[in-house]
Amino acid sequence: MVAGGFGVGKTTFVGAVSEINPLRTEAVMTSASAGIDDLTHTGDKTTTTVAMDFGRITLDQDLILYLFGTPGQDRFWFMWDDLVRGAIGAVVLVDTRRLADCFPAVDYFENSGLPFVIALNGFDGQQPYNPDEVREALQIGPDTPIITTDARHRADAKSTLITLVEHALMARLR
Amino acid sequence: MATPPDGSHAGNWSYGPAQGRHDGSANPYGYPSVPGHQQPYVPQGPGPSPYDQPAAPRIQPVQPQRRTPEPAPAGASNNPLVRPYAMTGGRTRPRYQLAIEALVHTTAQPHQMQGQLPEHQRICNLCREIKSVAEISALLTIPLGVARILVADLAEAGLVAIHQPGGDESAGGQPDVTLLERVLSGLRKL
Repeated sequence: MVAGGFGVGKTTFVGAVSEINPLRTEAVMTSASAGIDDLTHTGDKTTTTVAMDFGRITLDQDLILYLFGTPGQDRFWFMWDDLVRGAIGAVVLVDTRRLADCFPAVDYFENSGLPFVIALNGFDGQQPYNPDEVREALQIGPDTPIITTDARHRADAKSTLITLVEHALMARLR
Repeated sequence: MATPPDGSHAGNWSYGPAQGRHDGSANPYGYPSVPGHQQPYVPQGPGPSPYDQPAAPRIQPVQPQRRTPEPAPAGASNNPLVRPYAMTGGRTRPRYQLAIEALVHTTAQPHQMQGQLPEHQRICNLCREIKSVAEISALLTIPLGVARILVADLAEAGLVAIHQPGGDESAGGQPDVTLLERVLSGLRKL
């Protein structure tokens, strides 16, 4: 699963590493949601993901990994329970300029017990805060990896997924 | 596991090209489309059905949906000719629960497709190459819940084979260590 706040780059992340163009259903923002979605730092984004984006990676002849981007808005959370079962883990993408946006996802995965990693998506190539500062700010335990990434780049997305699966494996073996 | 406060409301979600949640005018699938939760299945017997209700006003306030199915916005111009759950005979839950990532592939011979519902035929045609339930839903633009029911029908009729994802039942369906190791190895080789 790929989770995180509105406009944080979930679809970009999925698209960077998927072998198919992400299948998506996106809705054009309407004025009715102006009070709900914070566009302060995403001024040129006119659509948001209200269903789910997903991509696919064929890892072996009989092994296909699906990446599901969770709906970015709180009111679509009911989809998450459906995705958690059978999931390997979650990448929580974080825009450190809007740190609070990731609180719901972090809370959700902490409560569900699904292994997750926090990936700081560097917008404009910038990482204004380092992982230790974010760990402190989010009060995340030392067991949960916090890494930096660039959701636009396949190598970064792949490396993030590897970190997640390693973490999930460690969690299972513990 | 934490279910978000509105966690059981599967209704306010649409696969349509235009999200109709906000203005009430373009929600072609205003019915519970994700049968993954714990509401009991209520057969649509005699009595008020969402189909019978009068057209909703086109402009509706945005508010959290309660479990009551939304009245059909009959005036909307982009409604499909056949409402999604009409394909399923009004059923909103499959006979068994398919994972969203369950893989489906067609085992039917072309002659077996004669007389099947068009939706069933489309799924069989799509799944000549292996596809997940999610892909069927997205590629045929049918809601996930409907896709699950249709695929379950096909499986029951022996026209498709389903590969449910492996999982360790003792660990709540989480992937087992062997699977994780295979995934890790596969990712490293990418």
